[in-house]
Amino acid sequence: MAKAIKIRKGLDLKLKGKPTQTISPVENSPYYAIKPSDFPSMTPKMVVKEGETVKVGTPIFHDKYREAIQYVSPVSGTVIEVKRGEKRRILEVIIKADSEFTFETMDTKGETKEVILKSGLWPFIKQRPLDIVADYNKIPKAIFVSGFDSSPLAPDFEFLLKDKKDALQAGFEALAKMTEGKVYVTIETSSKGTSVFTDLKGIELHTINSKHPAGNVGTQIHKISPINKGETVWTVNAIDVARIGSLFLTGKVDFSKTIALTGSEVEMPSYYTLISGASLTNLVDKKITSENVRYISGNVLVGNNVGKDGFLGFYDNQVTVIPEGDHYKVSFTEGWLAPGFNKLSNSKAFLSALLPKKSYDVDTNLNGEERAFVVSGQYEEVFPFDIYPVQLLKAAITNDIDKMEKLGIYEVAPEDFALCEFVCTSKINSQQIIRDGLKVIEEECM
Amino acid sequence: MKFLRNFFDKRYEKTNKKWYPLIESFETLVFTPNHTTKSGSHIRDGIDLKRTMMFVIVAMVPALLFGIWNVGQQHFIALGQEVDFMEKIIHGAIRVVPIIAVSYTVGLAVEFIFGIIKGHALHEGYLVSGMLIPLIMPVDTPLWMIAVATVFGVVIGKEVFGGTGMNVVNVALTTRAFLFFAHPTSMSGNTVWISGLKEMKANGTLADGVSGATPLGDLASMTTDSPAYANIQDFTENGITFSRALMGDYPGSIGESSVYAILIGLVFLLMTRIASWRIIVSFFAGGFVMATIFNLFAGDNAYMQLPAIHQLMIGSFMFGMVFMITDPVTAAQTNKGKFYYGFLAGFIGILIRVANPAYPEGIMLGILIANVCSPLIDHMVLNGNIKRREKRLAKASL
Repeated sequence: MAKAIKIRKGLDLKLKGKPTQTISPVENSPYYAIKPSDFPSMTPKMVVKEGETVKVGTPIFHDKYREAIQYVSPVSGTVIEVKRGEKRRILEVIIKADSEFTFETMDTKGETKEVILKSGLWPFIKQRPLDIVADYNKIPKAIFVSGFDSSPLAPDFEFLLKDKKDALQAGFEALAKMTEGKVYVTIETSSKGTSVFTDLKGIELHTINSKHPAGNVGTQIHKISPINKGETVWTVNAIDVARIGSLFLTGKVDFSKTIALTGSEVEMPSYYTLISGASLTNLVDKKITSENVRYISGNVLVGNNVGKDGFLGFYDNQVTVIPEGDHYKVSFTEGWLAPGFNKLSNSKAFLSALLPKKSYDVDTNLNGEERAFVVSGQYEEVFPFDIYPVQLLKAAITNDIDKMEKLGIYEVAPEDFALCEFVCTSKINSQQIIRDGLKVIEEECM
Repeated sequence: MKFLRNFFDKRYEKTNKKWYPLIESFETLVFTPNHTTKSGSHIRDGIDLKRTMMFVIVAMVPALLFGIWNVGQQHFIALGQEVDFMEKIIHGAIRVVPIIAVSYTVGLAVEFIFGIIKGHALHEGYLVSGMLIPLIMPVDTPLWMIAVATVFGVVIGKEVFGGTGMNVVNVALTTRAFLFFAHPTSMSGNTVWISGLKEMKANGTLADGVSGATPLGDLASMTTDSPAYANIQDFTENGITFSRALMGDYPGSIGESSVYAILIGLVFLLMTRIASWRIIVSFFAGGFVMATIFNLFAGDNAYMQLPAIHQLMIGSFMFGMVFMITDPVTAAQTNKGKFYYGFLAGFIGILIRVANPAYPEGIMLGILIANVCSPLIDHMVLNGNIKRREKRLAKASL
């Protein structure tokens, strides 16, 4: 039964640099990377060594504690470097691509779960609680897929998926086999009827209004069937449902993705097709309008700062380039005493509150100093859960497991707190606090 | 601004590290630091604590300006002299500015000491407290008392709990309460509300008919053997009429008397969404309900007969509603809790004021009691949320 969900709490950040709906060509990048940091709380165990040649789909490393989960090469080529950090922790495995790709042979006949695990597409399936790659030993209560992305400057899923209806259908069929419950898809109310998801079979379609974080799957889970202690649900990005589907249709793993290059510092924000894990060097070359900028794989709220020569994140369908804010701001002109026509703020304390339609180019400055929690009620305005965000954060800060459980830690992921982090007067890093809290829960309670 | 930037950079180079918090405190007044986000949300809202606090101070300016005028006004009425506007302002400023100066100097000095010990720059909380303290003082409070009370308020009211954001009770009210209990003769009675009244009494220059009492003092006297007014009608028609209660030209703490001036601040705080409307509305409701209850059971008690709405417009009720109860740190944190919290404070405030006229500062005590109760209120609200979650779990596991 389709449910029409409406959230009142939330915030759409009006930023400059929306992508136009054209797919532009870009020269293939020679370098690709798989980053264990894209998969929270996973410990990688290398399968290949530096210098070995790999094909598309060859396992690079697997999860040390859940060995069936393999992380495979998105291209064929040579492993040229295993970058390590402190305590020899693996940061990046870098692969130099061949000009022609060869593929590992895939058998798509067997049990769905086995096929996906072997193909290397399994990490696209995530689970809640914990917001980590799904545990294949569990049967989820349900699988949730968000049919759109409401984050700032996000790519338009309808545009990206308009020719992939068959792959989507096959993907949903595969997912449906792995749960005892339903596969829920939630689309924007405004795209009802015209959406690519409309006639798909085997799913339960819901609609929600578009105010961010409506597109976050966490919001949708909470409104449709909230997670109780002991329950597990899986989530998959809609783009990757099509990827899983195309594995079953073609028998090949396809790591190509069309991403949106966005942000105020991009000359002509639009879409580009490249391969997962690609170096950004070619993508951003000659398209950036200023010098001192930050390259974010993902959106401004939850993405990672990867640098100009960094690599596209595993889950990301977007690259955002915004100005760095590493300069002092004179308080009267652009700081805390300024009239603030150019300040993006959810508060009404700047004159920009009088310009509701304006778009902003916001830099990475904290716009203030870190403080203890002082202002209250701010997070609640942008947090559409029946959860008390500040109290949950305080429980996480103090490592109070009992309190975290009681206040709903099982239902949330760091990304759900991204807007709280944005609006915070005290500049508290809520997402990291929740991630740390989830880590404690994983170690102590799972 | 380049020279200022260089100035601060040089200070950092030349100074011992332990004094950095001091430099930083002044530096951040002029420059928002070059700190950037590391991960997560790469962009942040323009608002910070400095701006939030500054807006509260701006909201207090009308009350302050009116207070300065009113100090002059009451002084010259007590002398029986007719003087022009400027003269009143000048007299008021001469009396009020030193109080503000003492409050800020002493309070900030304490904050800096703690900041340097703990190695952090000034946290902005005291910028507001430092202005609140003068506004809730009787004008003739000796400066040294204000200094002592401020030290007590900042240290015991805030720093022992960990500084801005950690305190349980409102700092300004702690200061006020300390003075009220430690030096009751300087904080109550009829001689402290008009500047220079004691001297006037001593040398006989006090005009006829000036008692120096606040409206609350007058009301309290009506339950004793020597009432200031014959009955409550006499008070509301010939004494502090409703329109005079709104205007605020009567003796009282420096900033608390004028409802109009306070309402300007209220509108500003609500428009900028700095203050929580939930607390304000429920505080007003709490006071109104209590005052109405008194009206219903007044009998021949003149204080209790005072119409509810009139009751709320005199004394510090409105000032407390806009500037004290809305302090987010000491208030309930949950949106639901804010309703209970505000109501409790208003209700108890009027209860103490009327039921025990020996404490005319009932509102202060009401807010302090609500401050102490706010963690409990939040606890109950959270428990409701926890129960809902447990119920859902029980239903799911059936």
